[in-house]
Amino acid sequence: MTIDDLIGPVQASSHLGDYFEEPIDGWFGEFGGQFVPELLIEPLKRIEKVARECFSDPTFASELETELHTWAGRPTALTHAERLGKRWGADVWLKREDLTHTGAHKINNVAGQIKIAQRIGARHIIAETGAGQHGVATAAACARAGLPCTVYMGEVDVERQQPNVHRMKLFGADVVAVSSGDRTLRSAINETLRHWASDPVNTYYLLGSAVGPHPYPWIVRTIQSVIGRETKSQLAERSVAADVVVACVGGGSNAIGMFHQFVPDKNIRLVGVEAGGLGLDTDQHAVTIGTGRPGVLHGSLSMLLQTDAGQIRETHSISAGLDYPGVGPEHSMLSQTGRASYMSVTDAEALSALKECCELEGILPALESAHALAGAREIAREQPGQTIVVCLSGRGDKDLSTLMSGGTDRE
Amino acid sequence: MNNGAEAIERSLKSPVSGKVAVAAYLTAGFPTKEGFLTAARQIAPSVDVLEVGVPFSDPMADGPTIQRTSEIGLKNGVDLRWILESVGELDLNVPVVLMSYLNPLLSFGLRRLLDIAADKGISGFIIPDIPLEESEAISRACDKAGLALIQLVTPTTPTDRMTSLCRASKGFVYAVATTGITGGESASDEPLFEYLEAVKKVSDVPVLAGFGIRSAAQVDRVGAHADGVIVGSALLEAIEQGVAPDQFISGLTGRNA
Ligand SMILES: Cc1ncc(COP(=O)(O)O)c(C=O)c1O
Repeated sequence: MTIDDLIGPVQASSHLGDYFEEPIDGWFGEFGGQFVPELLIEPLKRIEKVARECFSDPTFASELETELHTWAGRPTALTHAERLGKRWGADVWLKREDLTHTGAHKINNVAGQIKIAQRIGARHIIAETGAGQHGVATAAACARAGLPCTVYMGEVDVERQQPNVHRMKLFGADVVAVSSGDRTLRSAINETLRHWASDPVNTYYLLGSAVGPHPYPWIVRTIQSVIGRETKSQLAERSVAADVVVACVGGGSNAIGMFHQFVPDKNIRLVGVEAGGLGLDTDQHAVTIGTGRPGVLHGSLSMLLQTDAGQIRETHSISAGLDYPGVGPEHSMLSQTGRASYMSVTDAEALSALKECCELEGILPALESAHALAGAREIAREQPGQTIVVCLSGRGDKDLSTLMSGGTDRE
Repeated sequence: MNNGAEAIERSLKSPVSGKVAVAAYLTAGFPTKEGFLTAARQIAPSVDVLEVGVPFSDPMADGPTIQRTSEIGLKNGVDLRWILESVGELDLNVPVVLMSYLNPLLSFGLRRLLDIAADKGISGFIIPDIPLEESEAISRACDKAGLALIQLVTPTTPTDRMTSLCRASKGFVYAVATTGITGGESASDEPLFEYLEAVKKVSDVPVLAGFGIRSAAQVDRVGAHADGVIVGSALLEAIEQGVAPDQFISGLTGRNA
């Protein structure tokens, strides 16, 4: 096994297509960068250096692959969703990240980054979480690594994702409810950054999505691209030719993990689905690429939901994991170059797709992933007969209380 | 020639207190628009630089106090346009520096901003989330507009990087006195003094220590190893408690003691 098989190349490589440059300097086209206080520059440089070493070390690759296989439950299945497909008039395949240990794609990133943190010699792991999936995955990996773990989570999310709060605590994590700002994912990231700035030498910030300052968007995508790599070979094994690949976009880690391998395949459409909340005719949504404009938040220049004065706007989504005003810089680039397109679906559309998936396939997707399903349904409606691969980024057990209360929250 | 940088340096080199230079930070719009302007007017004669904080919704380098005052400033409807207009009108007899996260500045439009700021008599900018690597273009534009772009160094900044930062810094160098966020505790004396001396050694412009400066005794000790101090959270907390801001400053520099 070489590192290329597992993680993909670190250096720019021609087979990715010429516009798809590695962010050697931290930039994806016009987006990215490292807009952080001086205090965080050295820690970020150290992480970049160690990540490069890890990604070019075959031992790292084989250890990570073993961990993903024997602990996280990879490879995950590619399920032919025949009844859903029949209902929608498409050939639908589901990449089952919901089957991973702890229940979402977040575990992939954590399994990789915890190794980077260990190589750096971190004594304490800190993380933010929205839906709680990244927090649970981080807490689990820290338990396994014997490292103390602090997870910051907005008060609103603590409320609506209770089962995950309990799981984190069972794994020994210290869960801090963030009461500042909008009390969701965005405030949790602010608070984690503040903690990091106060102890940048001993702590490692294990960031959970393809956002933040360089090198995070690159590290997270590199590790998450296992999703697309598996999907591609599973499609080939079954002689299925995909027309469209669909994923939900919060910060964008499951989507970029899925898209990355398909970027050079120009005949395959890549579609990201953002959270339309109560609808685009309201301001209660999180449609960052669709309605935002470029700006700097959490260390990178990317599309951003903001006011005319450059203040960050509050967002709404029924799904905590998509309730975020920013997006990873690589998605901003893919949108700008037109290689990927981005659409949105509302809370209600996501809920109805979730119910269809339950009733027709016996699979309960996370509310986040339900957005990808609703997007796929829309794509099938526009043009019937296509082969659509959906990244089912996680399972919906964590959302039961929202679902049982009729699918409303934060009202 | 950079007028802003010169005005700042000149002011810092002959401190009002006769001892240590003081830069005071006020969040624009806190406690109210009028209250902020009054505080700025009151404080101007007793400080050497006035830092005006542009409130931002996501102040990632700031502790609870400045988070709180920023939120209040925003609720009171403060934005960059208002700040430029009203601070310009104050026509204070002290160099004014705007401290802002990058996004509100980008949103306003950098070129337009620098022109207007210079026109309104602003002397410079502190932008905590723009690292040296990304600051070249804006630094050049500031220079051209006659504005100082002030760089920050920290206790964990390696020596060669510190040298580059000090070289790039105009007006003064902002020496962050702690690993942490605003309002936290400064580093303990010995390592802090050593670090400040190291910054002074490589800096051609005055070195001001900020983050966690709260007491007169501390100002005395830190002032012995830096050209001046920056006080923010403690001043805002005093205002919250009803202390007159100029009183608080003179307490810090021991002029009334
Ligand atoms: C199941 C699931 N899908 C998607 C997301 C959104 O994150 P990202 O866009 O980084 O994949 C989350 C985030 O919490 C999640 O838990």
